[in-house]
Amino acid sequence: MIRSELIQKIADENPHLIQRDVERIVSTIFEEIIDAMARGDRVELRGFGAFSVKKRDARTGRNPRTGEAVEVEEKCVPFFKTGKLLRDRLNAK
Amino acid sequence: MSGNTLTRMDLSEAVFREVGLSRNESAALVESVLQHMSDALVAGETVKISSFGTFGVRDKAARIGRNPKTGEEVPIHPRRVLTFRPSHLMKDRVAAGNKA
Repeated sequence: MIRSELIQKIADENPHLIQRDVERIVSTIFEEIIDAMARGDRVELRGFGAFSVKKRDARTGRNPRTGEAVEVEEKCVPFFKTGKLLRDRLNAK
Repeated sequence: MSGNTLTRMDLSEAVFREVGLSRNESAALVESVLQHMSDALVAGETVKISSFGTFGVRDKAARIGRNPKTGEEVPIHPRRVLTFRPSHLMKDRVAAGNKA
């Protein structure tokens, strides 16, 4: 499923909303999650999962092509942990 | 990381502010988005949200695990796990926003 298919499903269920508003609704949800993580906040969606930010320490990396050592600065990366309900549903018989 | 935790309430509040639907309807819409994504994943589909990231399902083989406390061996059954790959845009914004 891609973004446009998700938007279509929501639009089909909500015939009173115009397509453009459905697009804004879906974009707002994903934007809000990214904004939160950019501030260092967590987003916890019970049953689905939680988005959080993890710190990666600085390290000495290597250019795989030349073998040359390069300093990689410490940085923060997005992380997602699956919620219990979704994890259980994935493994339900 | 220090900071606040956002919940469904904050997401529906954002939808409420942005689109001007009722709070109730905004909350229901947030819920249906998560529901559709979950259903697709449970059906084994990959969910690809451009400029956000990709959720996928992977099959894990059975293996012998160990209880770290007792050292006892326990079988781990084959299972399906969810993976999330953030988009470049998400990675860039998260890295830029949390620069030391």
